[in-house]
Amino acid sequence: MSTLEILMAGVIAIIGIGLYGLLITRNLIKVVVALQILVKGALLALVAAGEASGQVNLGQSLAITVIVADTVVAVVGLALAVQAKRLLGTLDVDALSTLKG
Amino acid sequence: MLYAFLVAGAAVCALMAVRAQKLLSSALWLAGISALVALTLYQLGAHQVAVIELSVGAGLVTVLFVFAISIAGDDAMSATPRIPVRLVIGLLLIFAALLGWMMLPLDGIKATGGGETLSAVLWEDRALDILVQIVLIFTGVMGVLGLLSEAAVPALGRMPAAHTTESRPAHNNGHSTPQPARALDLGAPEAQPEVADVHA
Repeated sequence: MSTLEILMAGVIAIIGIGLYGLLITRNLIKVVVALQILVKGALLALVAAGEASGQVNLGQSLAITVIVADTVVAVVGLALAVQAKRLLGTLDVDALSTLKG
Repeated sequence: MLYAFLVAGAAVCALMAVRAQKLLSSALWLAGISALVALTLYQLGAHQVAVIELSVGAGLVTVLFVFAISIAGDDAMSATPRIPVRLVIGLLLIFAALLGWMMLPLDGIKATGGGETLSAVLWEDRALDILVQIVLIFTGVMGVLGLLSEAAVPALGRMPAAHTTESRPAHNNGHSTPQPARALDLGAPEAQPEVADVHA
């Protein structure tokens, strides 16, 4: 297997594990962890594709944008989790149903 | 071979982060993923992004997780998932098969070359991305400020009676029910005409 194929197989594994965590967990903080894992896989895929196509710097530029967006998502998600714990007393995503019509 | 070890280590860390019972352990495994991904990026020649990923992903985000867990509590949740595990595994197998079918084999990719430096790409070719990043950061800051300030309003409505009775005068003879603090604040302008009527 070439280097790119090894990396892409790893990317599929990491994204799959992140998706598994996203589907199976009910803890709000672990949902953010699963989102972070998903983004790590996408980050690795971007740079690996850039390296394979000879445009590492383009891949790096896109990866920086992904890192910024990922960090903002983590910050907002964790603030949401902290406030949910304060107001509802639990981190269970099933408890966040007060907006149900 | 080095890439295989790094990527396999990152996948194992990801699995441990998902399977960990304690939230703190999960956050630390996530930091391990970030470190291994940063090493992989460095080996691929993306040195700047590797440093940013190591400092932001393994540093800042981990500190944020530890901070949030210290506030929210590290209580393990053993509740059963809403989606059956077999269905989740089936969906993941379909996902992996589709993604692998679309991506592999990767023989057709040719290096087209790109002699531009990162600064030229980042500040000239992808200048719109910088603006989007600025908007994202601003939105994130405003979102966090909004979330943190939103907690004060419902918390006032649910404030226990001990806080409200202390601020009330003692001439209610103990018959009136204690009102929440928000009702006290909202009722203050309405009480003004009654005082004017008494004086009249």
